[in-house]
Amino acid sequence: MFRYILRRLLLMPVMVLGISIISFGVMHLAPGGPVSLASDLNPKVTAEARARLNAYYGLDKPLHVQYLNWLSRVARFDFGDSFAPDGRKVWHKIRERIPVTLSINLLSEGLIFLVAVPLGVYAAVRRGSLFDKASTVTVFVGFAMPSFWLALLLMILFGVKLGWLPISGLVSLEYDSLDLAGKIVDRVRHLVLPVFVGAFGGLAGYSRFMRSTMLETIRQDYIATARAKGLRERAVVWRHALRNALLPVITLLGLSVPGLLGGSVIMESIFAIPGLGQLFFQSVMSRDYPLILAELVLGAFLTLLGNLLADVGYAVADPRIRAGN
Amino acid sequence: MSRSLLIAVFVAGFLVSSCGSKSDPYTYREGSIADVSGFLSAVTSDFASHEAAGYVFNGLVRYDKNLKLEGELADSWDVSPDGLKITFHLRKGVKWHDGAPFTAADVLFTYRKMIDPKTPTAYGEDFKQVKSVETPDPHTVVVSYDKPFAPALASWGMHILPKHLLEKYDDIAKSPLNRSHPVGTGPYRFVEWKSGAKVAFEANPDYFEGKPGIPKVVVRVIPDQATQFLELKSGGLDSMTLTPLQYARQTETPEFRKKFNRYRYPSMGYSYLGFNLSSPLFSDRRVRQAIATAIDRKQIIQGVLFGLGQEATGPYLPGTWVYNPNVKRYPYDPSVAKAMLAEAGWKDVDGDGVLEKDGKKFTFTVLTNAGNESRSKVAAIIQQNLAAVGIKMEIRTLEWAAFLNDFVDKRKFDALILGWSITPDPDQFDIWSSTKTGPKELNHVGFRNAEVDRLLEAGRRTFDQAARKKAYDRIQEILAEELPYVFLYVPDALPAVAVRFKGIEPAPAGISYNFIKWRIEEGAEGKSALTH
Repeated sequence: MFRYILRRLLLMPVMVLGISIISFGVMHLAPGGPVSLASDLNPKVTAEARARLNAYYGLDKPLHVQYLNWLSRVARFDFGDSFAPDGRKVWHKIRERIPVTLSINLLSEGLIFLVAVPLGVYAAVRRGSLFDKASTVTVFVGFAMPSFWLALLLMILFGVKLGWLPISGLVSLEYDSLDLAGKIVDRVRHLVLPVFVGAFGGLAGYSRFMRSTMLETIRQDYIATARAKGLRERAVVWRHALRNALLPVITLLGLSVPGLLGGSVIMESIFAIPGLGQLFFQSVMSRDYPLILAELVLGAFLTLLGNLLADVGYAVADPRIRAGN
Repeated sequence: MSRSLLIAVFVAGFLVSSCGSKSDPYTYREGSIADVSGFLSAVTSDFASHEAAGYVFNGLVRYDKNLKLEGELADSWDVSPDGLKITFHLRKGVKWHDGAPFTAADVLFTYRKMIDPKTPTAYGEDFKQVKSVETPDPHTVVVSYDKPFAPALASWGMHILPKHLLEKYDDIAKSPLNRSHPVGTGPYRFVEWKSGAKVAFEANPDYFEGKPGIPKVVVRVIPDQATQFLELKSGGLDSMTLTPLQYARQTETPEFRKKFNRYRYPSMGYSYLGFNLSSPLFSDRRVRQAIATAIDRKQIIQGVLFGLGQEATGPYLPGTWVYNPNVKRYPYDPSVAKAMLAEAGWKDVDGDGVLEKDGKKFTFTVLTNAGNESRSKVAAIIQQNLAAVGIKMEIRTLEWAAFLNDFVDKRKFDALILGWSITPDPDQFDIWSSTKTGPKELNHVGFRNAEVDRLLEAGRRTFDQAARKKAYDRIQEILAEELPYVFLYVPDALPAVAVRFKGIEPAPAGISYNFIKWRIEEGAEGKSALTH
């Protein structure tokens, strides 16, 4: 087990390095650069000014030199300065957005988990019942419906027509003048729609998965034994079956780790949430190379970490897997 | 079960009960698609940043409501008779937001930063033409040029920077004034910037033109246009620029009219169909004129803009001093277009509906950028119009950067649909001069005309408006005759502003030129319709 984890950990930097090289290459293959996007079709910008800006950002050097410069900085945990005119540290820009994206995604993820597990279990236990069919339809409607569309519908209903909830943003403009309770309420009200929309789309995956692993579990001999012992059905399902059925769900949870920081570009744009998804979108549109690269590497690292955590979690939970190694 | 129900009811009540909170009626809230990327407009190049900087900083000159230059930080200016020297007489008693006096030293400092290789500015060119800047006294700045250069005057609209706060920074882009705390002389003082969320300003009580009528301004970053519109309708925004669809179809309700005033005036830009003049298809002027005759501009304006625009006849804004209304026009007439094409040798010999000449069919591809719905629609209408006279046009839409770098810059196109924004100064040397046809230069259609070259030069070398008008009038006539572009339309700008803001007077310059004179209607705080 220890050697397994160690091997995986040692492989991670190599993978991240490979991903960063590919990302760097692809990024520079994309037409247009940070300077040309700001200066194209502008009569006031001469070729000389463009060359000067390219030199300012170090874009006049050969690609491999640019990459090695970047790498040597990253080795010192410095992601460099953003190419946006404010020139702030890339890491500062990312850091200030992390809590926003992380909290929204954790809440959505939590909500999905809270709803999907009972939903999946009930559907499995009452297989073929009206509840099973209704929940199947509902979760697949959520899965199939474009989230931006659902978001707009809810915004029109709760924001414009009923006026119950704010439409966009993370806090109100008068947030700073509110007392603590007011601040909490304000934040919660702003979170309701994005968290709900975020969760609704993800419900199908978890609940269906829960349902199928549950179905498999309750067919097992030990469940039959438990029933034969005369245990109440509730205890059989929730205490004995659920624990085992939850195991594969750990994989799903592990895989959702990179998503926690990835942020959804569409959702964050629609709800005007200043999160990482929005930042990533802006950085791509403005060809802010250091910021793009930092976000890609961060994403790659989290994906690998999530996979590792899932595998380790799995091994911890299921001795058969550990034995196989 | 009943306990969770109780909690649910409690939470719902909690949430709904706080809906009554009223937003501050003394704040003007506008939406921005993009976040600010910096506050010093010398080093930023995006619209959102320039807008934000406009609240805090001033230039020496600015455009008035009729798009004529007037003094801002300069009280007045004289141009020497030979046009080589501009003397600015600065306003007295102007203070920076931190209380320091504004003087000629700030102007000199700004000039030096603009030509400093360490400043990452894209706008240094106008200032490199300057031979010298002298400051004989704290309220006079004398700028000398090697040759007279009329657009130079407008370049002094560049925001003036505070020397006393910036001189210790080698690179002004990395100073706190650009990143987090701008200090200017402008009508508003900076309050806070929440990255990706909002920028807030408050009225400057010491502003040299008097304290602005609106005490607070907040620019909210809302990247999605549909969300902006919902925020506007629900009272979360006080103004936004409507799309033609929103103006024509979605705001025609009494409810909307009760809360918002809508304005409509020509925007500073035009759309065009540009030909690659080195392509044998378009080298014949008669063909270009025939295409202009075959395009139904009224249909385009109706179909794409819902009628909210006007036909363009050249590169200038109708109604401004430089606009020449007496140029050749091409009223829509497919039969005339067909006759013109026949005269140029294009005839449908094999009867398949597509014209031929020397065994070649008249087919070409028009390029435009993806993500611009209006341009795709324009392309579709033109495609139909041209098919009716026997020209087969394919449409290809490309991602913006790829479009510019791989096709426009390399001149790999037959024709394209694009737009230009119109600057108040009429100099268009970079777009029409035959010296500007190189790669990455802006005369991408390859237009060469000796008379236009001469007139462009004449127009930028004199400060005499009558002489300039003569030159640009003739340029417009030649462009209308030669048709390197088919000028399509000038769309209308369509802002909506909450009714509690008074004093808005639309003019050729738009509505925001007198923003500091806007005021809030008495008793606005009692208007529940505006709050949510």
